[in-house]
Amino acid sequence: MQAELQKILAEALEAIAKASSVEECEETRVKFLGKKGALTEILKGMGKLSPEEKKEIGQIANKAKAEIENTLNARFAELKAAAQTAKLAAEKIDVTEPGKKFELGAKHPLTVTMNEILNVFKSMGYSIVEGPEVETVWHNFDALNSPKNHPSRDMTDTFYFSEGRGSEDMILRTHTSPVEIRTMLSQKPPIKVVVPGRCFRNDTPDATHSPMFHQIEGLVVDEGITLADLKGTLDTFAKLMFGPDARIKFRPSHFPFTEPSAEIDVSCFKCGGKGCNVCKGSGWIEILGCGLTHPHVLQAGGIDPEKYSGFAFGMGVERVAMLKYGVEDIRLFYENDMRFISEFK
Amino acid sequence: MLVPVKWIKDYVDVKLTADEYGEMMTTAGLTLETIEYFGKEIENVVIGKIEKIEQHPNAEKLVICQMNVGKEELVQIVTGADNVSEGDFVPVVLDGGRVPGPLHGKEKEEGGTVIHAGELRGVKSDGMLCGPQELGWEDKVAPYISKDGIWLLPGNDWTPGQDLVEALGLDTYVLDVDVTPNRPDCLSILALAKETKAFTGEEYKKPDTTVKGAPKRMGQNSIRFQPPKAERVHNFISVEVQDPNCKRYCARVIKDVKIKQSPWWLQERLMYSGMRPINNIVDITNYVMLEYGQPLHAFDINMLADKKIIVKAAEEGDTFVTLDGKERQMPEGVMMINDSEKAVGIAGIMGGLNSEVTEDTKIIVLESANFDADNIRISSKKLGMSTEASKRFSRGVDANIAREAANRFCHLVEKLGAGTVVDDIIDIYPEKIEAITCDVRIDRMNKLNGTDIPKETIIGYLKALDMVVEETEDENVIRVTPPTERLDMKEEIDYAEEIARMYGYDNIPMTLPKMNTKSISTRSWQIREIAKNVMTSLGSNEIQTYSFVSPRSVDPLRLEDDTWEKNFLILLNPLGDETSAMRTMLMPEMLEVMGRNFSRNVDRVNAFEIGNTFLPDIMDEGKLPSEELSMSIGAYGEGEDFFTMKGRVETLLSMLGIKNLHFEAESEYGAFHPGRCARIVIEDRGFPMELGIMGEVHPEVAESFGIGTRAYVCELNFEYVIEKASIEKSYKPLPKFPAMTRDIALLVSEDVKVGDLEKTIIAAGGNLLESVELFDVYRGKQVEEGKKSLAFSIVYRDAQKTLTDDDVQGVHGDILNALKENYNAVLREM
Repeated sequence: MQAELQKILAEALEAIAKASSVEECEETRVKFLGKKGALTEILKGMGKLSPEEKKEIGQIANKAKAEIENTLNARFAELKAAAQTAKLAAEKIDVTEPGKKFELGAKHPLTVTMNEILNVFKSMGYSIVEGPEVETVWHNFDALNSPKNHPSRDMTDTFYFSEGRGSEDMILRTHTSPVEIRTMLSQKPPIKVVVPGRCFRNDTPDATHSPMFHQIEGLVVDEGITLADLKGTLDTFAKLMFGPDARIKFRPSHFPFTEPSAEIDVSCFKCGGKGCNVCKGSGWIEILGCGLTHPHVLQAGGIDPEKYSGFAFGMGVERVAMLKYGVEDIRLFYENDMRFISEFK
Repeated sequence: MLVPVKWIKDYVDVKLTADEYGEMMTTAGLTLETIEYFGKEIENVVIGKIEKIEQHPNAEKLVICQMNVGKEELVQIVTGADNVSEGDFVPVVLDGGRVPGPLHGKEKEEGGTVIHAGELRGVKSDGMLCGPQELGWEDKVAPYISKDGIWLLPGNDWTPGQDLVEALGLDTYVLDVDVTPNRPDCLSILALAKETKAFTGEEYKKPDTTVKGAPKRMGQNSIRFQPPKAERVHNFISVEVQDPNCKRYCARVIKDVKIKQSPWWLQERLMYSGMRPINNIVDITNYVMLEYGQPLHAFDINMLADKKIIVKAAEEGDTFVTLDGKERQMPEGVMMINDSEKAVGIAGIMGGLNSEVTEDTKIIVLESANFDADNIRISSKKLGMSTEASKRFSRGVDANIAREAANRFCHLVEKLGAGTVVDDIIDIYPEKIEAITCDVRIDRMNKLNGTDIPKETIIGYLKALDMVVEETEDENVIRVTPPTERLDMKEEIDYAEEIARMYGYDNIPMTLPKMNTKSISTRSWQIREIAKNVMTSLGSNEIQTYSFVSPRSVDPLRLEDDTWEKNFLILLNPLGDETSAMRTMLMPEMLEVMGRNFSRNVDRVNAFEIGNTFLPDIMDEGKLPSEELSMSIGAYGEGEDFFTMKGRVETLLSMLGIKNLHFEAESEYGAFHPGRCARIVIEDRGFPMELGIMGEVHPEVAESFGIGTRAYVCELNFEYVIEKASIEKSYKPLPKFPAMTRDIALLVSEDVKVGDLEKTIIAAGGNLLESVELFDVYRGKQVEEGKKSLAFSIVYRDAQKTLTDDDVQGVHGDILNALKENYNAVLREM
């Protein structure tokens, strides 16, 4: 029996050495150590032996089994590693092939520009409010201190509605400023809001005019608001929007709803003020109109101008977007060519 | 407003450079647009006198001029112009000289054009005689007698051979500044000179308005000079004002009028200001208008019936021939200047051809009147006429300057020897316009401007602006009266700007408002932001289309008549039919955008828009319309089908926290494929409510929008989406116990809807059911015709314990039974 065991051991070790794959290795294991394996079969015959023989042969058998197992395991590991290496080698890919495409959409360039501007004001503590596109003459003009005979009220400037389909008091708002009035009427100072929205003027479309456009309006009302506050606010805006080197220039202007009124030029964000095609050589870009809220406007908003003062500013989103991105024709914004919009991803 | 610095310097010294002066104007609120320099690109151009003119031997249209250019010998120059005569003084460019151009019939050359001596049809020509345009003037300012020919210099006071730029003083500049609507007074040289004075501190000299009048005859027993009675203005003309929109009417009469060219100093000021010199009388009216901002008009008195002027409104049906020779229909109510029989001018806008000053005019009446701004603005709009006069009246002219301007005219008539001024003036001025005196609080001015300017400085500013300042008992309050031409100074706040402007906007400090506020966005805004982010991450591009559309924009959608989509709010004065109705939905514009992209060979579109739609308030026509946000999504191209669009909609709505969504088949909505359209419905307090509609665009609709492929659109009532959205995030602990999944395959007839089966499964599943999901649809082998096999994965879970097979068995059986009972669904072997 002992000799038989030795023979089996020798055979097993030879078979293991010969096994060239994990599968063959497994076959070898079954052949020698499995339920019907050679070693197992021998051990079954041990019952006939005497206790001494059992002990002796048992030891030998266990030793042989352990040796087979160890050798098998080592061979297994060796073969597995080789198999894995071979598999990985076979799985080699050309990493220069293109990656999978994940198409993301783009927000409209006007939305992108508007959000950039709004984010600056949000960071300065301004809340976003909105108002209707169809407005009353009172909100759009009267309450904003626009003289009854002001040319901007003419049909050549402002869109009115046909009778029977809306009253003669109804117009398409010509600016976002009526929302100033709506805000003051619905909210007590301190007020600090920005108003994005669509506006309409009776302009025939061309490269720089559109009958519909977007504005962002700002309004601050509190006790002790000054022209200096307005100037500081817009200087901060310019630096956050166009970079820390941006400067602003304040010059007197006129709007019915502000007094004093000013127009703001910002140092050209393309050339930094040296003069280029964007700023037409001047180094400055006209960017917004502003001023202290006229006392008549505060009154129309139900606010006592002796107690409170305020400032307001307004800018055209299209203009900023055109300057910023170098878009030469305003009509491109409303053609909605997918290739155009995709450029603003 | 064009500001010739030469003219300004008549009244105030300007020591600044052109750039500095432009900057000063901007600082004053008169934003500088451009600076134009004159006398550039002119070299070797001299004044020549035409000594002799001979016909060119070989060319009928050419003449040979022998020119005195200050040299011993005459210079021979050939010209094709027909307005030259012997004795004329004209600009001559000599051989090798340069003119800015453009040359007649040619394009302007960069840097000007060099002229060389040569031959013209065989005759030597040693240079060129120049017209105003060749010397760089615009056509519209070329003096009338020179406009299509050689520039005939006015007068005889020229030295042949003198350098033209030097002789004419062309080395000067003109600023173009933007005058804001509140400062109509600045449409005058004098007001701009006064602003210059206020901002530079230079002294201001008033223009000379003295009038000598007719030569006086000594009274026999008196040392006073008295004109004879018949030589006073009233004997020449009478004026009657019937229209209250005429606020003032001054008239003066000039007799023995001698029409001729104005001198150069006057012509050049007109030309720099963009006006064409015509003759002395017309030029002086224009000159005084530019100088004072007071439009003037001269009538030939012999053309006025009964020597009468009546100011009254036109009646319906009146026609009138204006100075420009055009016959015009006069709208009712337009203020007219009439004689006793007929109209002779449109008040404040343009004179009439019938009373025009001509070469034969002997006596003129000068009108210096003031007309109501609104009246002139409305009339000029109605007539479609905008003139230098109407522009000024429309914006407002100070009625108090009319008389002085009339006198300034007379002064210049005398200075130019253009006629004899008849004594006296007619001046009808029923209601004198007074300046508004205003109390101004010093501390308030500083508080508003954020400054700390001393009272004395403020008073100094206001005085520099020609305002009268009085102290009051209150140390803090000053009483200010502006000059009457400052029509914009109405109340205290107006002084804050004057003070800030004088102090310098640049000098205002920079501070920030002191209040602390938190930025809040409305829920609507936030949800739109989320929606835009979700859509773009789904590959969709945002579009923006007009709020107004054609009222026919919805027609291609094959909707029924009188549906809400066609209930448009209509604009009274649209740009065109295409933009005349407020949109009721976004779908038509989305389809249009898809069509446009298709026509441009864009092979894929995946786009969305969120915007307002408008419906008239049917209940109350006086009220603003309802403005509601809508959202459209549109797509065509590779990978697009109904379920791609549906997945997009489902993802969007689930990201907005909208649950209990159902898609109900819709076959009646004209815009969509009848078999591929769904209404998007949610359960709202137990009722099914429509959130939107989606589907494949009906082929006819796609075709009419020029989309040559299958296209998919969705329109969502975004206002309702906002209402139902739940964007607040919440935390739910992860499940503690494992789930048990059962996959089933059901054989059902083709017309059974997956949605209905899901509803049944959910209803029968009770509390243990966690989710149900369709994972396969199979038709073909082993499935009989007219049937389909649907495979669902059903997940069960109990929050309290680990489920056993027995736990699930009951409820799973219930589900299968319900499916069999309701839809005859047979369980297939998996």
